[in-house]
Amino acid sequence: MKQYDVVIIGGGVIGASIARELSRYKLSMALFEKEEELAFGVSKSNSGIIHSGTQNPPGSLKAKLCVQGNALTRKIARELGVDLKKVGSLIVAFTEEERLELLKIKKDAEILGVPGLKIVGRDWIRKHEPNLSAQACAALYASTTGIISPYRLVYDLCENAARNGVEFHLSSKVEKISALPVSDGKSGPRFEISTPKGSFRTRYLVNAAGLYADEISKMAGAGGFEIIPRKGEEFLLDKKREHLVNHVLYPLPTEKSKGILIIKTSDGNPMIGPTAHDVTDKEDLSTSDAGLKEVLESARKMIPTISESDIIAYFSGLRPTAGHDFIIRHENAVPGLLNVAGIQSPGLTSAPAIALMARDILKDNGLILRKKRFFHRHQREENHLFAIPLDKAKKLVKKDASYGDIVCRCEMVSAKEITDAISRGAMTLDGIKFRTRAQAGRCHGGFCTTRVMKILAEKTRRGLAEITKRGRGSEIVKGERGND
Amino acid sequence: MTERELIIIGGGPAGMAAAIAARENGVKDILLIERDQCLGGILNQCIHTGFGLEYFKEVLTGPEYASRFMSKVKSMPGIEISLRSFAVRLTKEKKLTYLKPGKMEKVKAKAIIMATGCREKTREMVHIAGMRPSGVFSAGLAQKLINIEGLLPGKEIVIVGSGDIGLIMARRLVLEGAKVSGVVEIEAQSRGLARNIVQCIEDFDIPIYFNHKISRIYGKNRVERVDIVRVDGNFNEIPGSSFEIKCDTILMSVGLIPENELIEMAGVVIDKKTNAPVSGELNKTSIPGIFVCGNSFKVYDIVDSVTRDSLIAGKLAAEYLRSRR
Repeated sequence: MKQYDVVIIGGGVIGASIARELSRYKLSMALFEKEEELAFGVSKSNSGIIHSGTQNPPGSLKAKLCVQGNALTRKIARELGVDLKKVGSLIVAFTEEERLELLKIKKDAEILGVPGLKIVGRDWIRKHEPNLSAQACAALYASTTGIISPYRLVYDLCENAARNGVEFHLSSKVEKISALPVSDGKSGPRFEISTPKGSFRTRYLVNAAGLYADEISKMAGAGGFEIIPRKGEEFLLDKKREHLVNHVLYPLPTEKSKGILIIKTSDGNPMIGPTAHDVTDKEDLSTSDAGLKEVLESARKMIPTISESDIIAYFSGLRPTAGHDFIIRHENAVPGLLNVAGIQSPGLTSAPAIALMARDILKDNGLILRKKRFFHRHQREENHLFAIPLDKAKKLVKKDASYGDIVCRCEMVSAKEITDAISRGAMTLDGIKFRTRAQAGRCHGGFCTTRVMKILAEKTRRGLAEITKRGRGSEIVKGERGND
Repeated sequence: MTERELIIIGGGPAGMAAAIAARENGVKDILLIERDQCLGGILNQCIHTGFGLEYFKEVLTGPEYASRFMSKVKSMPGIEISLRSFAVRLTKEKKLTYLKPGKMEKVKAKAIIMATGCREKTREMVHIAGMRPSGVFSAGLAQKLINIEGLLPGKEIVIVGSGDIGLIMARRLVLEGAKVSGVVEIEAQSRGLARNIVQCIEDFDIPIYFNHKISRIYGKNRVERVDIVRVDGNFNEIPGSSFEIKCDTILMSVGLIPENELIEMAGVVIDKKTNAPVSGELNKTSIPGIFVCGNSFKVYDIVDSVTRDSLIAGKLAAEYLRSRR
């Protein structure tokens, strides 16, 4: 039976960040993900904001890790070649009372060490954010807020971790965790995990299972918390409205969330949302008419010109909440088990800081960390036609003809980008969409779905009827014509 | 940068008719660019009949109708056809950049005719609440899957909207052995042609629900069922009228939108509601020398009208070029 020093459960941004961080050391490691591809759980619906670190309760893990994570993410994005745009953010006040609230947020944030904050007034707002409502009277500007593609970050972290020796097991839901009798106190395995693809042993178990972290913790013999899914509905606008806003715009935060934001995204389409409502079903990713209404109303309060016809896509995500703060702790009752749970917002931002904290906790609990002589820090860069100027595109097309073979017309994605995505692990149409944006535009795959299916089928040597949207059970077609 | 008299973007029925008319009216240097690997556009997937009744006074299939124009366009000297060519940028000076495998070309034209057709409205544009499983297709994509790729999109179908493509697909799917459980139309009557209602729906005993809409989609991975609800004159749901239909597939046939993003980029004034160019005259735009024809100018019911409109556009472009000589 295969044996590891560390097993990570969960292939979202938290699992990926911990995997990459630990891949610097001489350890045998594996990551297990239940879905067919990485980032298919909580991370895929993330808004992609690298928060500056305002709006978090002082003294919380969130507050500390978010500020650290903001700086660390910048470094990691540079190393991996992931596009991170430092666009800055505004928390917008509409009344004198709200303006005073901004001062308080600023003060709290400065104590936490958030850099680059200033209060701006009407004139500044008019000049830098002309579409913002005339009712806006002041804003708290934070220069370090950035935007990133959450899934591309996960893919690149994992690829980098894999290059540094971490094994990845996809479609490998952990179904059972057994404690092993301790034979060798210093280095022997302590857990045996069962998946549909076999059983594996490990000495340390990192639980980064997102919405299912409570179930994994229970399976491992700890329990101790419950994950409540908090749904967020988000609505994407047409790329034509790319310049609707120049910053990430927040209203004043509420008890439950940062409110309905106007989000600049790294792919160009502005996004509005998310709602924040607790639900019971961990698979309920439905959107609702009420959610649309709520988001549109709140968004229009900030940007009155947003119209319903600007919306080209919508989706829901579930935040895995476990109380008000993150849970990051070694369970002393179950030696070797590290729970990293309840990682809701600002989880994406905090991820690299969480990874460092996880590393330190493991070390404190006996994991021996010896640096590898050579760690592959850098990732080769990926080319996306939509993100580069035309003269650079011209050179690419000359170098590789299939860059000139456009598959997705709305988002300008070439056959080359699609085959690249597949060679880097995409197995489903959603996996290709997240990596390349093919089918993510205004026609929603009306024109390119068949071509993308054909490329995917050919490259992965499968029949067209086997191609899925997001894994087994989500096949695109029901078979070939004339034969069942 | 090379210069051309006239560039036509789009090699469907509109682009082909415009090219022919421009050539017949004296334009000697025409570049016709088409992103697909053959001319014909959407007609290639429309294997049903009913095309050409007005223009040819004959009953033709889509590919037959297209092939008549294809042979004519190909036989005309002075029309260069560039396939697998994808226009990426157009400026108001009529400089066009396009990509094809292995090449990026930049061309300046004296006149441009846009014949880029239209795209289908999606589930996202009409906002249907619920899950987002696999199995929700635009009717045109379903048509392409069946007629071009030989794949069956689903077995138990609900069609949203009674546009012509949806009606034609209802019949097509029944003929392929699928069960079409209903056509759900929010309006009080169909937007499709009367002949399609009779030949595609009534003749096949497919239930059609007017004044109804889908209020929710269920299914985690694949569509499992939908809630259907009756609406009043203002499209508000009537409480208590909801019922459920089991299905694995939903086809959206809720309208078409002219594809005019390229000329919008060039600065042509576009009507935000219809996505068509704002224009006082047929086929003209706010930029002299940039013409738009066929479904990208106005969504037509039948291809014969597209041809008629596009022949005029070709002639207008020829006149424009003559006047500037």
